[in-house]
Amino acid sequence: MSLLDNVWVVLALKLGIAVVVVFAVALVIMFAELKVSAHMQHRVGPYFAGGRWGWAQVFAEALKFLQKEDLTPRDADRPVFRLAPMVSLLATFAVIVIIPLSPKLVAVDLDLGIFYALAAGSVSTIAILMAGWSSGSKYSLIGGLRAGAQLIAYELPLVLAVVGVVIQAGTMSMVGITEAQAQPLFHLGSVGISLPYVLAGQIVGFVIFMIAVLAELVRIPFDMPIAEQELVMGYLTEYSGIRFTMFLLGEYAGMLAMSAIAAVLFLGGYHFWGLNADWFGPFVLLGKALLLVFVMIWFRWTWPRLREDQLQSLAWRWLVPLGLANIAVTAVLKVVL
Amino acid sequence: MTAPTDRDLLAVHRSEAAVSVELVTPEMTLNIGPQHPSTHGVLRLVATIAGERLEKVQPVMGYMHRGYEKLAEVRTYAQINALVNRIDWVSGFANEVPFILAAERLMGVEAPERAQYIRLILTEMYRISNHLIFLCSFPAELGAPTPLMYALRERERVLDLVEGVTGGRFHPNFNRIGGVKPAAGGGSTQRTRSQDLSQGFIDGTRRAMAAVRAVCDDLEGLVLGNEIVQQRTVGIGVLPAETAIEYAVSGPNLRASGVPFDLRRVEDYLPYDRFDFDVVTMPNGDNYDRCRVRLEEIRQSARIIEQALGSLPGGPLQAKVPRVIKVPRGECYVRAENPKGEMGYHIVSGGGRRPYRVKIRSASFCNLAVLPWLLEGALIPDVIAILGSLDFVLGDVDR
Repeated sequence: MSLLDNVWVVLALKLGIAVVVVFAVALVIMFAELKVSAHMQHRVGPYFAGGRWGWAQVFAEALKFLQKEDLTPRDADRPVFRLAPMVSLLATFAVIVIIPLSPKLVAVDLDLGIFYALAAGSVSTIAILMAGWSSGSKYSLIGGLRAGAQLIAYELPLVLAVVGVVIQAGTMSMVGITEAQAQPLFHLGSVGISLPYVLAGQIVGFVIFMIAVLAELVRIPFDMPIAEQELVMGYLTEYSGIRFTMFLLGEYAGMLAMSAIAAVLFLGGYHFWGLNADWFGPFVLLGKALLLVFVMIWFRWTWPRLREDQLQSLAWRWLVPLGLANIAVTAVLKVVL
Repeated sequence: MTAPTDRDLLAVHRSEAAVSVELVTPEMTLNIGPQHPSTHGVLRLVATIAGERLEKVQPVMGYMHRGYEKLAEVRTYAQINALVNRIDWVSGFANEVPFILAAERLMGVEAPERAQYIRLILTEMYRISNHLIFLCSFPAELGAPTPLMYALRERERVLDLVEGVTGGRFHPNFNRIGGVKPAAGGGSTQRTRSQDLSQGFIDGTRRAMAAVRAVCDDLEGLVLGNEIVQQRTVGIGVLPAETAIEYAVSGPNLRASGVPFDLRRVEDYLPYDRFDFDVVTMPNGDNYDRCRVRLEEIRQSARIIEQALGSLPGGPLQAKVPRVIKVPRGECYVRAENPKGEMGYHIVSGGGRRPYRVKIRSASFCNLAVLPWLLEGALIPDVIAILGSLDFVLGDVDR
């Protein structure tokens, strides 16, 4: 009996690889944010750490954060305060396990995969609420409540955008949705042409999804729960040391997770024309996800922040009706074609 | 019954009873500052908020009071000149001008024409530098950090030029009674050997003005043209002209409310009347207009500087003044257009080397007085935006 037949060994291996890979990519995204923002701002960015391009900057910063004292404010609700960063990280990892990296590299292929991903992704908002509520600081409290209000505003458009994809694919499984996008849409002579959903009718859904994802990730232009200029650091104000690092890693890993989901839903997942999905799948998916991450970073450094009530009005007056219209059109086309 | 403390209210807020029985939003006192990312230093706002809305706000000033008016009483005029640089530290030179003019008026001295032109050019350069700081910090307060770098990059050119002439960037201390600074080791101030503008400065300034205009065009398109910036600023923090006048708001904040009041036109102090420039006004008096006025004023300042460089007269840089400056008995008030508004000095001289009393009228202090009126009922994000749009410096508020 091989060691790999033991279910616990396999689980531990999967978890270990997932954690290492996700952290590694999160660090890459952090570094990208430092460098991309620097070049957008006519700066050089990290330059000295590591000898070339400042590649070791993120490690240096991670080490710095680890050395800092882990403070818990006197008025804080201690257990909740300490738990919140872990919940935040946990939510992100719970989303990442569902992403199919290639036809064979699938951690779990749930029938309700996308449903699970959306549900698990929302848990990170609970972490923010917990952090804001338990910090014993008014700024944190306002930040946490803003996050709560934001959850209500964007969660609906997020789900509506996904419904369009689900209708078109006819399945909620992440693998199923990926494979559906690889099916030839039409034939040019004898060659079947397949298109990812963003080109095959779900462009509106994609835009709504990305806007809602920005709100879920608390990124500019929807970073009202943090809003440094207003709320100091919102729910992060009282955090320091390793707990702050966990929130930070959670944010970047969350960017990766949500971008990967968007890549699966709208950009064809691990498929790319002419590349063998078995071999290149993980890299194709990572490439697509990182492209979306870059777009998020780009927005972050070029746009100001909206106001909380303006997000609500954007969500309810534009995104929700657009999402509903998108579903209606998709459903009609699905039946007609 | 005594008023409940914050801690009581927080306890009420936390207790399940208050949440489940009736959904009232208890008023909460939020201390914004004195240490806060957006208060430009040590301003403190004691805000009473209900949810996100501000019920009442009480600005608390004075954390940066340095007693300059008192310090001025024990210093000679030349020493005070170094002091007043530090009142509004982002436009140091513009603070010197009205003080020196007041002292000169009491003494009956007038600076030679070339010195006046140099004063004018440097004042306008500090106006550009000040407004560029505004254009970098105001978008940052709306959450956009990137315009900061672009505005500061061009401000750096301006400050480099100023440094080349005066030796200082923030605190040039370049004015002297009767002219501008003598050259190092130049001996008596009656000689003409003062620090003059070099040809390199004149060429460099022309190039810098072109760069400043270019960055203004960029910022106009990228910041003022941005959809989100417009949503966050248009119609927010509206200051009507009457209210602005009642509260003695001055400078760009007043002109954004549509009042064409510019001391460069109203008062007769530096040779502004020889140059062609517009007094920029905007109709609405909201955050957007306050931002826009400053952007346009940069262009007007660049226009003034270019004209002044083109018609720079020759001649000495120093009028004849005694070696020991003694100001005759008397008093006068001289005001000038500081980048932030009206800056004035009321000097009472007892006839000695030191003034008997100096009263400093600073723009930021009076502009901030309108804050409780403006902020009433605003949302927290708008509070920060309005605060930023008034463009104050705490050193100028507290002195």
